[in-house]
Amino acid sequence: MEKSINITLKVWRQKDAKAKGAFETYKLDGISTDTSFLEMLDILNEKLITERKEPIAFDHDCREGICGMCSLYINGHPHGPDEDVTTCQLHMRKFKDGETITVEPWRLAAFPVIKDLMVNRNAYDQIIQAGGYVSINTGGVPDANAIAIPKPIADEAMDAAACIGCGACAAACKNGSAMLFVSAKVSQLALLPQGKIEAAARAKAMVAKMDELGFGNCTNTRACEAECPKSISISHIARLNREFLCAKIKD
Amino acid sequence: MTTIDAKIPKGPLAEKWKEYKAHQKLVNPSNKRRLDIIVVGTGLAGASAAASLGEMGFNVLNFCIQDSPRRAHSIAAQGGINAAKNYPNDGDSVYRLFYDTIKGGDYRAREANVYRLAEVSNSIIDQCVAQGVPFAREYGGLLDNRSFGGAQVSRTFYAKGQTGQQLLLGAYSALSRQIKKGSVKMYSRYEMLDVVIIEGRARGIIARNLVTGKIERFFAHAVVIGTGGYGNAFFLSTNAMASNGSVAVQVYKKGAYFANPCYAQIHPTCIPVHGEFQSKLTLMSESLRNDGRIWVPKKKEDAEAIRAGKLKPTQIKEDDRDYYLERRYPAFGNLVPRDVASRAAKERCDAGFGVNATGLAVYLDFSEAINRLGKDVVAAKYGNLFQMYEKIVDENPYETPMMIYPAIHYTMGGIWVDYELQTSIPGLFAIGEANFSDHGANRLGASALMQGLADGYFVLPYTIQNYLADQIRVPRLSTDAPEFVAAEKEVNDKVKKLMSVQGKRSVDSIHKELGHVMWECVGMGRTKETLEKALARIKEIRKEFWSNVYIPGDGSLMNNELEKALRVADFIEIGNLMALDGLNREESCGGHFREEYQTEEGEALRKDDKFSYASCWKYAGEESDPELIKEVLDYEFIVRQQRNYKS
Repeated sequence: MEKSINITLKVWRQKDAKAKGAFETYKLDGISTDTSFLEMLDILNEKLITERKEPIAFDHDCREGICGMCSLYINGHPHGPDEDVTTCQLHMRKFKDGETITVEPWRLAAFPVIKDLMVNRNAYDQIIQAGGYVSINTGGVPDANAIAIPKPIADEAMDAAACIGCGACAAACKNGSAMLFVSAKVSQLALLPQGKIEAAARAKAMVAKMDELGFGNCTNTRACEAECPKSISISHIARLNREFLCAKIKD
Repeated sequence: MTTIDAKIPKGPLAEKWKEYKAHQKLVNPSNKRRLDIIVVGTGLAGASAAASLGEMGFNVLNFCIQDSPRRAHSIAAQGGINAAKNYPNDGDSVYRLFYDTIKGGDYRAREANVYRLAEVSNSIIDQCVAQGVPFAREYGGLLDNRSFGGAQVSRTFYAKGQTGQQLLLGAYSALSRQIKKGSVKMYSRYEMLDVVIIEGRARGIIARNLVTGKIERFFAHAVVIGTGGYGNAFFLSTNAMASNGSVAVQVYKKGAYFANPCYAQIHPTCIPVHGEFQSKLTLMSESLRNDGRIWVPKKKEDAEAIRAGKLKPTQIKEDDRDYYLERRYPAFGNLVPRDVASRAAKERCDAGFGVNATGLAVYLDFSEAINRLGKDVVAAKYGNLFQMYEKIVDENPYETPMMIYPAIHYTMGGIWVDYELQTSIPGLFAIGEANFSDHGANRLGASALMQGLADGYFVLPYTIQNYLADQIRVPRLSTDAPEFVAAEKEVNDKVKKLMSVQGKRSVDSIHKELGHVMWECVGMGRTKETLEKALARIKEIRKEFWSNVYIPGDGSLMNNELEKALRVADFIEIGNLMALDGLNREESCGGHFREEYQTEEGEALRKDDKFSYASCWKYAGEESDPELIKEVLDYEFIVRQQRNYKS
């Protein structure tokens, strides 16, 4: 049932990429527990605007957990304390009355801060550009039912493809590794006959790009899997390693 | 008087597109490299167009408002994509998909465009499968289909409840491949602020770099707009926060016609509004209506007790439930088109049978499906939607029925385009939801994805060549040309004007005020009185906005409030156009329901003798009302009927 809570927020403020940032503290009273976390930030911003102060910059768009635009480290967890949700689906009912909530941007060399809580995740796009596709052009493809794919394989590919590219996996990792993200795409395409043809080259190219962009190595702490809002399994990392190894052996 | 030519090819319906392609002009490979195309937007239409044009060898500049082209709001489409494959062998065909789409659109779409859409639908599925889109499959390994509103066949392909995501990621991967190759240059976190016209042709855009705040100029031989719809004029909608109609307004003010602005789709199955601080509405896919049954209590006292929290829906006996869609529309039941389902929900709630504390909700109940199929099967089909519902509402839909209510979802109206998807400005094209072309007065479920990808993969890459073939001698023009300088100055002046108001109201507070007016007066049921009231109120809101808005910070740096203010300024103009168009259209059709024009049974009453046209609005300056130009819709191949989903 709806009730309201009073909270204290410690929010990372940083004017631009070069500025030195710092935490600022804000108090908010009477927040309905049915409010989403981002709506709570809207309320705070509205208050700041009324006080003629600059509102907090944060990324968000679809607000239904699918675009991957929202980020935020909340009380030390990417996307906050709730399980299997993005920040935009997190609701204030997950917090206690009187609680102090710490809000930070993703902290990662590969995702530099743009302003306040906004970071640059262009590195993930660059990894996909390195090989996260099937090399076909528009038109001239076979009938969609020409190749049968066993349902369990298609379902597993779908589970991998559910990745929203939000960056929580790398943000959660103590090594700043992007392996869960990379493996989800490699795995989706390696499972399907359409993507198998380029599987080895794809794994090699995407891993090379990931290393080049300054992401760390995977040491199997499984923090990525625990924090992933779409529950992507680290079994995909195992498949990526197999594909990568096969590619290296062939070299 | 201005006349309008939709350039529909002559000949029998099924031959028009083939004939067009057989005789259109093409651009040879060495000339393609010398031609620049700007594509604004990276949703299904924009991304698929940019990727396809890049593959063909054109030099593409692609603009994206988000931080990555993978995030456009097409990603949020849940249920599926239609195609006339007839894999289930249940009687589907290109003609039937065409017919259902025309009928669903209440006979207010162009026959030739819709037929072409149905014709290319099958190629889209082939393309997506080849890209590695993991569509749902049967145990035999072949593709699965489900049914959607407005159709009696199962023609909807899907990837769990994330079809839009998977299709967009397919287009995004094709786009990423071209970015790597260098044929597409990606400009992310950029927002278009104006189109540049040189000697009557679109030759570039002015865009703001949202990170640096810098306003920049870009040249191209042709400009393609794929920036989606304008549903956020209502403040609360299922659109994303950054979805906006500003590009439509910019090109409208430069001479492109704005067609059928009043056709807005209200989706029947959204999670109800819960408070004043709400920022957006979340859709529950229409696919849920395959297995969910919609009802309200039969007795008013039960509805009152539920609203007061004294009774639970599970305590209402079967006989005391009114499955009103099944009752009113036996042939289609819960799968009537969206406009019909939305109005039926409003009718029940207005009559006092609504649930939730607000009385503005109806039930969508899965108990029968769970008993029939088992919880696991229901979870496999809709698990992610059920999870999403539970996270938002804090109730378990496996145990208690979902509550739903209609909300603004999609806009059928948009920038007017001819058969070639070219606007009334030469060299300016519009694709996807941004144009008005294929859905008439109401879009069927799972057809938005189809249209976006049809335009981007299979229509525009052909038709744009017919234009560009005549442009091969045009060199790359300098962005120092006076037209570019003037357009940039105009944008800069507007920003300065907004920043200098320094009033008392936040952008959001004025946007919400506009949204309330739109929902109350230009929403599900409209009358002459409410539309006139809307026009008067919008006038006041416009004045309030330009004299009392407050934008903090620096206008020449990153500034989210300034971005929002520029969009709201345009939503005010769109709201005005919607009301004006709704007032002119003295009939009910699809998403446009004028309460004065309904049958005795409360269904939409069209007036084909007077309103069988697309309303194209031509800008006539700040001070005067726009000119109405009518594109008459000739129905050569289909006989128009009153829509009937009863038998």
